Amino acid sequence: MNVRLYVWQRTTAAIMAPLVLVHIAVIFYATRQGMSAADILSRTQGSIAWAAYYGLFVAAVSIHAAIGMRNVLTEWLPLMERRAGRYAIAFGVLLFVLGFRAIAAVVLP
Amino acid sequence: MSGTHSELSVSVWRGTREGRYQTYAVPQRESQTVLDVVTFVQRHIDPTLSYRFACRVGVCGSCAMTVNGRPRWTCRTHVSKVAGDGHLEIGPLENLPVIKDLTTDMEVFFEKWQQAQGVFAPTKTRHDAIAQIRPDTPARIAADAGIECINCGVCYAGCDTVRWNSDYLGPAALTRAWTLLNDERDGGNAARLQAISATGGCHACHSHQTCQELCPQALNPTASIAGLKRRTTAAYLRGEIIA
Amino acid sequence: MIARQTAYRGSALWIAAMVHRVSGLGLAIFLPLHFLALGLAIEGDAKLESFLRWSDQPVVKFAEGGLVFLLTVHLLGGLRILVIENFPWTGGQKQLATLAAAISAIVAFIFLARVF
Repeated sequence: MNVRLYVWQRTTAAIMAPLVLVHIAVIFYATRQGMSAADILSRTQGSIAWAAYYGLFVAAVSIHAAIGMRNVLTEWLPLMERRAGRYAIAFGVLLFVLGFRAIAAVVLP
Repeated sequence: MSGTHSELSVSVWRGTREGRYQTYAVPQRESQTVLDVVTFVQRHIDPTLSYRFACRVGVCGSCAMTVNGRPRWTCRTHVSKVAGDGHLEIGPLENLPVIKDLTTDMEVFFEKWQQAQGVFAPTKTRHDAIAQIRPDTPARIAADAGIECINCGVCYAGCDTVRWNSDYLGPAALTRAWTLLNDERDGGNAARLQAISATGGCHACHSHQTCQELCPQALNPTASIAGLKRRTTAAYLRGEIIA
Repeated sequence: MIARQTAYRGSALWIAAMVHRVSGLGLAIFLPLHFLALGLAIEGDAKLESFLRWSDQPVVKFAEGGLVFLLTVHLLGGLRILVIENFPWTGGQKQLATLAAAISAIVAFIFLARVF
């Protein structure tokens, strides 16, 4: 961990703090209502707000989780910094791609 | 809770990184410290036991060892406080190479001190007027909160991040960097900020606060390191640090 | 044999740090699965619907309660760290860490109470 990774890690954390709070509320709402897939998709499809909100969330979490993963790999496995960095980037890319795919799946009509 | 056993059962680490605990019977005395116990073993039972001490009154930090799993100053650890069941386990400080028995090689600890630029960089000479340092400025208060470190190594021995990350400079070195960062007489902050912003610098700290819990001088390296994080972040965002 | 591991681990703040790390790992592993589940909607709502109905099972709901705990405790622990790192030092960190765990447990409990 150096200052550059630290700044990205903490900035994405700060961005996500309010996003997570809203997300928890969304979780509570969606699960309590016993919503069907159709119910959910009728709310998300065509919604720019939904896309923007979760787009920001996915971008932030991809960076945040990747850096966190990098720390765990270097500290808890005997992995050297550069190799851990590569795995971490791969993981971040995975989250980014799957995340935006999921957003597309629920937002695009 | 003080034990009323007449004899202590003391397991002492013998060997280097590999070895074993050897048990000795040591008479329990009033106001006995763990250093007294180690000294008794070496003087009366086994003269081959290696250990360090100097002042024996809690001002030098030389006698730090692992006592019942915690790194402590043995001269300031009363047996009655830690050996309630009449048993003591004494080993060398962790996270440092073991030379022999209870002595560790502190070289890497002091090397990291240097790496963190924990060295005063003067800006004046003896021909200049003495600097007038007010004790009540925020910077001086911050520095004073950390300058009583006597390099005993207890925080370093207790730190999980030191254990997991061989690059990590450690709480003591970073605390010294913090005190110098706040010292208005010091001129080495550019290099210092760069040094502690690299891999293994202050950002590796996870704020477990074990250092603060263990420090015999009641220092708070976690807080000092948090200060370093703020200063390095600001410097980085201003473009003053290459990362 | 090597010298014994230190015994001070198990203090409240050390546990808090472990919980933060493990919760982060748990969430990181969960996320790709979460995204894949939502991605089922790509071909229309039928697949997503059958997944949602599968997730109605009590054991899955319990797992979701666990995830709500992980998310909340990671958020609250993270906020505690952000405060330590960006504001003047305050004591009482052990109490704050314990409070974070307690609040997370309550939130997870409320989640489970609502879905059962």
